[in-house]
Amino acid sequence: MPVRPRPLSPHLQIYRWQMGSTLSIVHRFTGVGLAAGLLALCYWLIALAADQSAYDCATRLFSSVPGLLMLAAWTFAFFYHLLNGLRHLFWDAGRGYERAQRNGSGWLVVAVSAALSAAIWVLLWHAIRGAP
Amino acid sequence: MAEFKLPANSTVRKDGRLFKAPAEAKNVRVFRIYRYDPDSPENPRMDTYEVDMDSCGPMVLDALIKIKNEIDSTLTFRRSCREGICGSCAMNIDGRNGLACISACADVKNEVRIYPLPHLPVIKDLVPDLTAFYAQYASIKPWLQTRTPAPPDAERLQSKEDQLKVDRPSACILCACCSTSCPSYWWNSDRYLGPAALLAAYRWIVDSRDEASGERLDELMDPFRLYRCHTIMNCTEACPKDLNPAQAIGQIKQMLAHREH
Repeated sequence: MPVRPRPLSPHLQIYRWQMGSTLSIVHRFTGVGLAAGLLALCYWLIALAADQSAYDCATRLFSSVPGLLMLAAWTFAFFYHLLNGLRHLFWDAGRGYERAQRNGSGWLVVAVSAALSAAIWVLLWHAIRGAP
Repeated sequence: MAEFKLPANSTVRKDGRLFKAPAEAKNVRVFRIYRYDPDSPENPRMDTYEVDMDSCGPMVLDALIKIKNEIDSTLTFRRSCREGICGSCAMNIDGRNGLACISACADVKNEVRIYPLPHLPVIKDLVPDLTAFYAQYASIKPWLQTRTPAPPDAERLQSKEDQLKVDRPSACILCACCSTSCPSYWWNSDRYLGPAALLAAYRWIVDSRDEASGERLDELMDPFRLYRCHTIMNCTEACPKDLNPAQAIGQIKQMLAHREH
């Protein structure tokens, strides 16, 4: 009979990060981030529908340095969550469980989401500079 | 709700004891080992052992046995077969779950840090309480269930192809490396069956001789028992027998999806 409750062995504190667990928690975080981003999008739409001063204020917020950083993070979160969601679809269809496949698809998702986010921002940059 | 921090009685003290290697030892490796003494009121601690590898076998289990024999006989751990088939010496070595007997010290850089399997009640040192884990295994009814009478003059036979389906999953030794590597199991081990029990369930569902596949799937059709698997795949990464519990769970999810349509 235990005299006092047994201690719980260390878990999160000691377990080495694996490729799979890292990408999985990033998927969760990007999902939460996108939900928060939706609020920002709603705010922008409401400002758009309100009046000139509200819209100017929103534009100032989003084009400030923290605002731009948030938008950039949001772009990456969008592509990552989308592509990793596709990865989950493959798993649910019974494919992609071998080590080479899951690691390969993981790196592919990270690389392609980074590339697509960069592409969007380069396009945006050109569009802004090109505008009169 | 997931509890990310250790309870107050479980935090690990850093001020453990240090056992120095003999002065003449040339090839010394440092082992940092989780210690918990149920007879003392103190929290768990990390003890440090310097081991002369010139007089020690190559595996982590060899080092543990050497420590117990020659340095500190109070060190407690499970071991039996020393060849990766009994599953007794499952523990967390260098941040990953594995069997001490088939993990080489040389594969670990710097200090060899050894903890019991994660997120389990600790009985003593590296010995965790696996009662709930075994109960979950029993809950999937890991035996052949039949309705039809057995052939009077023969065994229940199956084709080689059908045998192949159960061949790998049957190789599970229930060491619990997979289940205790799974963050989802850490947060929900009271309701989520975990990769080991689900791999066993899969093994019986796909067995051509078993006649209770439908009931087995019914049992798993549950938001927690099966669907707490988020395909993190620490289980497959950890399995010392190179099995793929994540894939087995994916197959069960697929079978349930097919059955619904």
